Amino acid sequence: MALNFADLEIVYEELARTLDRLSPSEREVFLCKLSLLMARDLGDLSRVQAMIQTAQNHLEKV
Amino acid sequence: MRPAGKGAHESLYFTYPAFTAPDRAHVLAHEGCRVAIVGAGPVGMFAALTLARFGIASVLFDNKDTFNDGSRAICVQRSSFQALERAGAVQPFIEKAYGWTMGRTFYRGEQILEFEMPHSDSEKYLPMYNIQQQFIEQYLWDAVAASPLIEARWCSEVTGIEDTESGVRLSVQDSNGRYQCAAEWVLAADGARSAIRSMRGLRLKGDNFPGRYVIADVQMDHTYPTIRRALFDSKSNPDKTILIHRQPDKIWRIDYQMPDGQSEEEAISEDNIRDNVGRILRDIDYQGAWELEWWSIYSANTLALDDYRDGRVLFIGDSAHIVPIFGVRGLNNGLGDAENAGWKLARVLKGLSDERLMDSYSPERRGATLDVFENATKSARFMTPPTKGWTVMRDAALSLALDHEWAGAFANPRQMEPFTYTDGGAVLSHMETAGSVKPGAVLPNERLSEDSYLSDLLGNGFTLLVLEVIDPAGLDDLKASLLGLDPELECITSGQIRARFGAAGLSRLHERLGTQPGATLLIRPDGYLAGAWPTCVADVIVAQVTVAFGRKETH
Repeated sequence: MALNFADLEIVYEELARTLDRLSPSEREVFLCKLSLLMARDLGDLSRVQAMIQTAQNHLEKV
Repeated sequence: MRPAGKGAHESLYFTYPAFTAPDRAHVLAHEGCRVAIVGAGPVGMFAALTLARFGIASVLFDNKDTFNDGSRAICVQRSSFQALERAGAVQPFIEKAYGWTMGRTFYRGEQILEFEMPHSDSEKYLPMYNIQQQFIEQYLWDAVAASPLIEARWCSEVTGIEDTESGVRLSVQDSNGRYQCAAEWVLAADGARSAIRSMRGLRLKGDNFPGRYVIADVQMDHTYPTIRRALFDSKSNPDKTILIHRQPDKIWRIDYQMPDGQSEEEAISEDNIRDNVGRILRDIDYQGAWELEWWSIYSANTLALDDYRDGRVLFIGDSAHIVPIFGVRGLNNGLGDAENAGWKLARVLKGLSDERLMDSYSPERRGATLDVFENATKSARFMTPPTKGWTVMRDAALSLALDHEWAGAFANPRQMEPFTYTDGGAVLSHMETAGSVKPGAVLPNERLSEDSYLSDLLGNGFTLLVLEVIDPAGLDDLKASLLGLDPELECITSGQIRARFGAAGLSRLHERLGTQPGATLLIRPDGYLAGAWPTCVADVIVAQVTVAFGRKETH
């Protein structure tokens, strides 16, 4: 079940604050660790692969 | 390289032999041989021993006057010990080598992984042994020198190779002059910079990895069991990798990724080697004295020939493929090539098999190399990440592994079981099988009594293992038909196994192989399963065995 918006917003804010506390190189490693943890917990390879694709979309507009 | 003031072969613990060129009158009087093996390194010598195992004579040519300098290969895996045993050369290896089963991986000084390689009481040998290449060459040489079928010509460089109607003619140069030598077949075991490969106009193809490693052997009284240690991002080599292996004669192998900011030339200067090794030894809490034995530098490559056979020339070992060291498959893969080429060539030369049996050499052994590439590439990318993306993911996995055991699996060196063959004429993979072992895989071993194993029962050539005889007269007919095809076939029945090892021994064997009574297995001379049948149906077996033997079907 998807996270409700209020909880998702908490995640959003925690990530923003955490990214600000980290150096640029720490940020990358942190996001990769988080991805591995979440992927393992999700337990569904094809969904993880689809999310890797989705997250790459529109990066050039950021 | 060795410390300043030492000769190229002045070792702390090993005495290199000094060979001379063969007698001039002898080489002029003996103009031909059945098999010429170019390169008397471990792979070339093992090929000669394998041919001798089947009664085939060979001549070894090597341009050096002694063994290879330094210890390049150190890890010898279980399947190689079994191959050495088949060639009658394993005993000194058992006495000298340090067996091991365990590896430990550290990240920033903390252990993140302890792995055990697959092992059980069923096995005759441990999964891995450490022994310096000098000893490997010495022990193989002792066996070669003792064989009446092998002639070694040291200080003898092969300078030319041309095809003839009956095989190949080699031009040879030694300190006494030039001469020619004809051979029916040539095994090119002349290493990564193979001259035969260049003379045949062939090139290795594949990839290079960016990281550079220094390998240094030191002698010291360090007390740590024979456990492979891998250190990532340690104090002594920040952001980089270190591997530590124990070897006999108080020798320790320190492999370390070159620190940033050092050129290759700087990295291999003696002062820098001593600085870096000293720092690493302090990092692993070794306080005592140590002596530098030898060092070298390498980078990881995955390179192979498109075809390991070129007419009557077969490429074996590093001349055919260069693999990253992290999978310990350089020497082990080369020994696998030598045995595969050796038993097949011996059968062809003795008229037991058609020459088309040789067509299976390259698909089987190149397949094994590509399998090594796949696994070693993963290891190499973890040990020396080639780009930013691989580096960030590696660092993420390592730092997660500090408190998440599952993430340590990324650091496993993937030192795998032998490759399973599917391709070519010496495996009957298309048919129905019996038990849990697929034709094309190495036959598993099983302990049948205190000091007897299944592998001890196998014959020198092919072995037919009949695991329950329903019809004794039918078995006699089957044996007679098969021996007509191959007089060297060994036949082992469940009756013989029961008589020697009891019903318990036989049922342990069935359990290990996943077979039911009645199953019949055909085992190749290299210990691979060639075919398996759920029941012993003589005419089916005879028809299919002719294929495994590389004989034309009889009409």
